[in-house]
Amino acid sequence: MKKIRQCLREHSVPLALLAPAVIIILLVVLLPLIFSFYTSFTNYRLIKPETLWQWIGLRNYQRIMGDWAFWVAFGRTVLFLTIALNLEMLLGLGLALLVNRITWGQRVMRTIMMFPMMFSPILVGFQFKYMFNDTIGVVNNALQSLGLTHEAIPFLVDRWLAFFSISIAEIWMSTSIFAILILAGLFAMPRDPIEAARVDGCNNWQVFRHITLPFLMPFIYIAMTIRSLDVARAYDVVDVMTGGGPAGRTELLWTLIARTAYDDARMGRANAMAYVSILLSIFFTWFFFRKLMQARKHLGAF
Amino acid sequence: MSSVTISKVKKNYGAIEVLHGIDLKIEDGQFVVLLGPSGCGKSTLLRMLAGLEAITAGDISIGNRIVNDVHPKDRNIAMVFQNYALYAHMTVKENIAFSMRLKKTANSIVDERVKWASEILSLEPYLERYPKELSGGQRQRVAMGRAIVRNPDVFLFDEPLSNLDAKLRVQMRTEIKELHQKLKTTTVYVTHDQIEAMTMADIVVIMRDGVIEQSGKPLDIYDKPANLFVAQFIGSPGMNLLEGEIVLDKKSKIVKSGNLSLPIPQSSKVEVGQKVVYGIRPEHLKPKMNGQGLPAKIKVVEPTGPETHLYLDLDGNEVCSTSRERLEWPVDSDINLSPVLDNVHLFDAKTKLTIDVG
Repeated sequence: MKKIRQCLREHSVPLALLAPAVIIILLVVLLPLIFSFYTSFTNYRLIKPETLWQWIGLRNYQRIMGDWAFWVAFGRTVLFLTIALNLEMLLGLGLALLVNRITWGQRVMRTIMMFPMMFSPILVGFQFKYMFNDTIGVVNNALQSLGLTHEAIPFLVDRWLAFFSISIAEIWMSTSIFAILILAGLFAMPRDPIEAARVDGCNNWQVFRHITLPFLMPFIYIAMTIRSLDVARAYDVVDVMTGGGPAGRTELLWTLIARTAYDDARMGRANAMAYVSILLSIFFTWFFFRKLMQARKHLGAF
Repeated sequence: MSSVTISKVKKNYGAIEVLHGIDLKIEDGQFVVLLGPSGCGKSTLLRMLAGLEAITAGDISIGNRIVNDVHPKDRNIAMVFQNYALYAHMTVKENIAFSMRLKKTANSIVDERVKWASEILSLEPYLERYPKELSGGQRQRVAMGRAIVRNPDVFLFDEPLSNLDAKLRVQMRTEIKELHQKLKTTTVYVTHDQIEAMTMADIVVIMRDGVIEQSGKPLDIYDKPANLFVAQFIGSPGMNLLEGEIVLDKKSKIVKSGNLSLPIPQSSKVEVGQKVVYGIRPEHLKPKMNGQGLPAKIKVVEPTGPETHLYLDLDGNEVCSTSRERLEWPVDSDINLSPVLDNVHLFDAKTKLTIDVG
């Protein structure tokens, strides 16, 4: 005790200066976290406040373990994440490589590339919902005008097409994150190794494969880390476009959790689901971060 | 191994011409150093040889093949870059083996070649390391290893030593020269360091502003510079230069520069009244205490060990004189300088070209 008191006295000024920040973080982050974690062990329903004190132990978690709909949504989220991240990476890489070759008007191109990121995801969702609409949507209109099809394609009604449609919206919105980060990597890339590789006998593809791509991998993994967190919590675009429908065919983790929490008002159960879902985010962050560290290990420091 | 022929080669960047018709013939097995101040076009010429820059006009051939439009990978050349240009994500071994892997060479041959190269360059203990775990000199050796395993027709070096510290530079200089004596591969080496050029080259090519000023054996260039620029550029400390005019003094031609009367060989092809620049290298300007010659005052004494450098005031001109002796003369003392007549250089003041002194 004596030691602690002495320590406090010695560091009183830094402690006093840090205290507000620490207190605010405790209030804003830690308290809600503890509260929500607590509710995941209760039968808390929004419409019955007294249920907040109904401790039910692990029953919410047990239910989730046996809940088929939850695990389907879980699997679908992983699939959605895999498709979106891979396509965004490929498109972003292509875009960055092309923009990197432009010598004139590159700054304008870079700005234009950022446009999709400037819109609210909700609006992007509405816009794609309208475009993919089977009666008034421009996509159907275009396909029919071009004579590619005579029937309206039910983009948001068919189970696979609906999944395809929300993927398109998500990819359209976020490819530029990959493009921007990869472009930054290309700008930072030293020219010498590329020239050395050309003299060493590489054709253009081999230069890309053996020299450029390894250099870009850290940048790609940074984008992957950011985007995996982003997509794992995907909600707005999906909710606006399909609402998890048709018949739950595009239900992702967070549309399911939001429905459980607010439509069914089962906040305790929803919080338990959320804590299980967070494992997914943690896994992907850990996975890509490890990849990033591996890729970075021998680069840099030149 | 091959000869290299560069004929009437020009290079434009947009409207700006940076190389104005370069002609150069490099014999098989020669070590040629391109030397010049920065911006003279020497690196551009080397990069054109490598195929990293397009040729605007003229022809470059390696062996008997014109390579103007040949991709770098098909020229069978190896290049060592100033910044080493190692592949950071590959180990030393993978760096060295990279070109062979591209050609899908059999593992046994790759191992054998890597072993051979790493022995020559004493890189065996580092084969499994990554470039960032190596020192500057080791990185440069890896870059050389990457070049020699290919058994190329021509080696190209682009200022390979300029990122190294002074001591390492001298050491690597010797290693590169030794390597060349061992492998006898035609080599083109770019540098702005005249000591490197003098010590390593069979042939030195001095460039300025996109033209070749002079090419020849290092000592020939040192003894017989073709013009004022070469005379100034080669040699350290530099040649002493005094502007003056040819006058007759008791029926013999001398150079009158200010109050100085500078003797010249009478066989010099000069006319009375001609404006000239009188040049004498520091080691040919003998300092003497209380002797005959040109009166000068000591400004700075620099003992370098093997030599003593004296910086002097000679009729308002700063000149340098070097001596093998250890001169411990005090600053501000008056001494005399006598130029060695056989080693006097004369340049026409207008054309800047060397005048034949006979």
